[in-house]
Amino acid sequence: MAAGKSYPHDSAALHVSGRALYCDDIPLPARTLHAAFGVSPIAHGLLHRLDLAPVLAMPGVIATAGPADIPGENNYGSAVHDDPIFAADRLEYAGQPLYAVAAETMAQARRAARAATLDLETLPAILDIRAALAAQHFVLPTERMQRGTPQQALAQAPRRLQGSVVLGGQDHFYLEGQIAIAIPQDDGGMLVHSSTQHPSEVQGIVAQALGLTASQVTVICRRMGGGFGGKETQPALVAAAAAVLAHKTGRPVKLRLDRDDDMVITGKRHDFLSDYDVGFDDTGRILALEVMLASRCGYSADLSGPINDRAVFHLDNAYFLEHVAVTSHRCKTHTVSNTAFRGFGGPQGMVVIEHLIDGIARDLGMDPLDVRRRNFYGVTDRNVTHYGQTVEDNVIHGLVDQLEHSSQYRARRCAVQAWNQSHAVIKRGIALTPVKFGISFTSTMFNQAGALLQIYTDGSVLLNHGGTEMGQGLQVKVAQIVATELGLPLTAIRVTATDTSKVPNTSATAASSGADLNGMAARAAAQTLRERLTAHACVRHGVSAESVHFQAGLVRMGAQSCSFAELVLDAYKARISLSAAGFYRTPKIHWDKSSWTGRPFYYFAYGAAVAEVAIDTLTGESTLLQVDILHDVGTSLNPAIDLGQIEGGFLQGVGWLTSEELCWNEQGSLRSHSPSTYKIPTARDWPARSVVALLEHSPNPEATVYRSKAVGEPPLMLGIAVLHALRDACAACGPAGAAIALEAPATPESLLRTITALARRHAV
Amino acid sequence: MTAPAPPPSSRTLTFLLDGDVVRLPDPTPTMTVLDYLRDTAGRCGTKEGCAEGDCGACTVVLGEFDGPDRPIRYEAINACIRFLPTLDGKALLTVESLQAPDGPLHPVQQALVDCHGSQCGFCTPGFVMSLFALYQSCEATDRASVLNALSGNLCRCTGYRPILDAALRMFDYPTPQRWSRADAQSSARHQQLEQIQRTEALRGNGFHAPLSVDELAERYAAEPNALLLAGGTDIGLWVTKQLRDLPPLLWLGEAKALQQMVCQDDQLIIGAGVTLSRAWPQIVAHYPTLAEQAERFASLPIRNSATLCGNLANGSPIGDALPVMLALDALLELRHDTATRYLPIDQFYLDYRRTALQPGEFIAAVHLPLPSAGEHLASYKVAKRFDQDISAVSATFLVLLEHHRVREVRLAFGGMAATARRASAAEAALRDQPWTLASIEAAQAALQQDFTPLSDLRASNAYRLQVATNLLLRFYLQTQGEDVSLPADPASIQGA
Repeated sequence: MAAGKSYPHDSAALHVSGRALYCDDIPLPARTLHAAFGVSPIAHGLLHRLDLAPVLAMPGVIATAGPADIPGENNYGSAVHDDPIFAADRLEYAGQPLYAVAAETMAQARRAARAATLDLETLPAILDIRAALAAQHFVLPTERMQRGTPQQALAQAPRRLQGSVVLGGQDHFYLEGQIAIAIPQDDGGMLVHSSTQHPSEVQGIVAQALGLTASQVTVICRRMGGGFGGKETQPALVAAAAAVLAHKTGRPVKLRLDRDDDMVITGKRHDFLSDYDVGFDDTGRILALEVMLASRCGYSADLSGPINDRAVFHLDNAYFLEHVAVTSHRCKTHTVSNTAFRGFGGPQGMVVIEHLIDGIARDLGMDPLDVRRRNFYGVTDRNVTHYGQTVEDNVIHGLVDQLEHSSQYRARRCAVQAWNQSHAVIKRGIALTPVKFGISFTSTMFNQAGALLQIYTDGSVLLNHGGTEMGQGLQVKVAQIVATELGLPLTAIRVTATDTSKVPNTSATAASSGADLNGMAARAAAQTLRERLTAHACVRHGVSAESVHFQAGLVRMGAQSCSFAELVLDAYKARISLSAAGFYRTPKIHWDKSSWTGRPFYYFAYGAAVAEVAIDTLTGESTLLQVDILHDVGTSLNPAIDLGQIEGGFLQGVGWLTSEELCWNEQGSLRSHSPSTYKIPTARDWPARSVVALLEHSPNPEATVYRSKAVGEPPLMLGIAVLHALRDACAACGPAGAAIALEAPATPESLLRTITALARRHAV
Repeated sequence: MTAPAPPPSSRTLTFLLDGDVVRLPDPTPTMTVLDYLRDTAGRCGTKEGCAEGDCGACTVVLGEFDGPDRPIRYEAINACIRFLPTLDGKALLTVESLQAPDGPLHPVQQALVDCHGSQCGFCTPGFVMSLFALYQSCEATDRASVLNALSGNLCRCTGYRPILDAALRMFDYPTPQRWSRADAQSSARHQQLEQIQRTEALRGNGFHAPLSVDELAERYAAEPNALLLAGGTDIGLWVTKQLRDLPPLLWLGEAKALQQMVCQDDQLIIGAGVTLSRAWPQIVAHYPTLAEQAERFASLPIRNSATLCGNLANGSPIGDALPVMLALDALLELRHDTATRYLPIDQFYLDYRRTALQPGEFIAAVHLPLPSAGEHLASYKVAKRFDQDISAVSATFLVLLEHHRVREVRLAFGGMAATARRASAAEAALRDQPWTLASIEAAQAALQQDFTPLSDLRASNAYRLQVATNLLLRFYLQTQGEDVSLPADPASIQGA
């Protein structure tokens, strides 16, 4: 059977030969125009007058579009309608689109886009979390949840620690920037090629902007050059602007953001600030916790509500918190509206608890791993999350035991300590951190999916579903599922572009849910068709349904057999429908936002990583020497693809926490808007020694597709191990038990600042 | 074979693409190779990821004719910032070149498929071409060489492990028919390239590539407002990022004398046309402690285009070659028309991006003194990332010790001021002093007077000054034989 095997990515041969078409590679219809945005130069202010005449006078320019050119609603926000496609009067971030220009060439459009005359009034801007907290400036109301009596428990705790966590944001840096091509249709409709994780949302926003019905807009996406959450809500802006220009000119319009525009205009991972007060006992067990989380949401709500919710949900990571209170502020700043990014707030919540657990360990002089273990959720008791969901599938104990052993964590810790005692300049550090990540959209309604499966009379199979391919291998996984259900070789299944005209009302390919949801929907469609074919075989060959088996391209019916194609053709002649829609909705989940209780997650995915680093105490430079990872994907649909998600997610997490630093100037303009100024990991940053393994014999207890587990987001949080190994190395520079105020990203400067502060304490 | 083609005309850009001769009359001087490939040639396998030579999605390979008896040099470059006319006389290979229609994948490609080396696939063509250049350059490889070859390629999906595996495995595949190392060096390919070498300079609308240094010098003196183009790895961005219109370009890449590197009279002389990937190995051969600086200088594709003298002439305060040349006390050979003058490099930088070059004058070569006994040299680059990053602080230190006393000292820094320059107060604190920790501490104190660095997105002023100060200590410790560098690999510390 095809499921469970390490097939290559369905487009691997196309990727390596340069034949895979991305939006920018699609041959354009004649007379296609190229567009570019004109943007706000200031972070906050009023636009008194926008003069586009100089833009129109530029060479090659055919049209401009501003707020008045939008026939429908000037908005691309999905949850809250607070994201104008073109800002009309109030400017709320430097880089906010004010207008777009369409010209004969992209170069002409980009030049013209800088030519408008703006009459602006600059207003004071709130640029960071501290300033927003001081001004009580929020995009959404503050949430507070509590379990137990944390204040009382804190007062009674034998030991307490207070501290702060400072955590930077992250640019997605998908290699393919945002892009859309809008092509007017003869009946007034619009066809849009969009690099999007959420074709249905792009469809809805474009329809809304043009004053069309959803049925008049079709959105197609064959593949993205990376998404990581950055193409969940953001593509709607690009597609809507292209569609407005296409509508106005009657010509196809392509809008591709170049790298700098992409980084300046579109949202990123939320940076966070957290203050905590934790009470614990002498064994390191947490007795009470009071946490304030504040994130920089930027100027609008976007997905900040559910992202910050997920930070609250994942504040526990793998740990039981009996008495806990969390206050979550969603700060409004005059910066780009931050958005979904792999982990969706979960990583930020996890970094906070891991930080304070490390603090407890240092305070008690314990190995942080022992404090982590001391607080793990129990299997039969201490197993209810702070939001009331019972952890029914806890594998963290065995997983961590296995990794501790396989990585030789204890022996290596001794070696690190011995090294640090005899070396003054280069210090080493090691850490093991766990991950427990909740799987499902916390907004229950999104946990549904559809698929459309078609069998042609020659026996070939065409597969379509609502999920999108951004590199994660969703298409090959779903094809493997269909091949398994129909007993066909994988090569018999052709995957097609995601297309809103084939499967409607789809959810974003997000929340790690792609294979869980779409795999089940496609499986349902395949099962429907298999049942039809089985029923036909029974009638035709006079056999019972139990004796019909689909295997290796054959249909076996007791002693008889025929090829799949023969049965299909025969069924066609008997007027059996060979096309089926499949549908799936996740069972068991529910969530009451008002009380912060319920079962938001169908199940949890687990993993753990051991990282070992070295730091240079003269410069703060560091290097990752080794990583050992053990990760739980249930019963893998495709081990090679899952391994790719684990390794890639891990290194993306490492980048977030080490080298990737977003910098704004005092006026609120993003300074790190290109790869020369924003440093994601390179090949050298993959450690020279790595051992990455899937947890074996660990089927998902829930009835997911073939008992697999989601794998898109959870591995990103394995990168937290590196941050903690760096903390461990810093600790070697100061007196035992000293608090380590390492801010993330742990750039050389951040590390040197931490080391210097610790060394001063050492000297005192 | 058909009859030999006529020699390339002076107005027609001539290069090879997949073995076909491409002739483009009067090419747009600042059209990038990437735009040509995607918009004109309809070859969309090569991607734009950043348009500044920093992500590698646009990587292509150039084959360069190095004379009839020498192998064709195949090198990866960034198509996004390379101007089309600089392809003249070269062979251009893109990701589409490697596989014949209906033929098998090239080993580089097949290894990537087999190792699951692509996810979203957008960076993949660039990785293919960087690995292809590596494949052409050797018969087997190791992790260090692979990392060097991939220093200019970003992947956001895989974590790189499968790509590294593919790079190590690609040599194990059967020799391909197309683009094996033998095929790449076949006499047919040599002949084809030789046939498009010119005897008359390419000169067209706004682009002129003189074949001799005399012609170049004369032309530049006559037209000092022309823009002298070397590797173009900075000038390319003026077009792709700043959308500037450029003056007529004078390309020095075809002036044969400027391609020379010679050792004479205790000097290493490196011509203005010598790329960094050719220059650094020669420099490192004489000064082994510069090896890390050489490897960390930009990325391999950038080093394959950019020139050492271009980095010096550009005069950026964060140019990594500048502190090296200041510490080595290099001499610049400046040419104006028929006149040549020599200027010590510490007199060359006047202010932020302002140099002592007169209108119409250019650096023809840099002269490096060869090492002498008793000399200690170290070079450091501090940045957020090891590969392809811009320094927060870059420093090169040289001391000449005699009987444990400092006879000569040059401490040069980049990133600390409006120009790269030497730390005169710290040097004075060391000169003629015993080489001891106490002297270093005195120099560290004096260094605080030398610089008032800026804060920017790369680092704060405080960090820069602290690091600069600490690097003096590192230098001292290293001269005492202490290993104080970061281990690259756990194997190197197991025995410790």
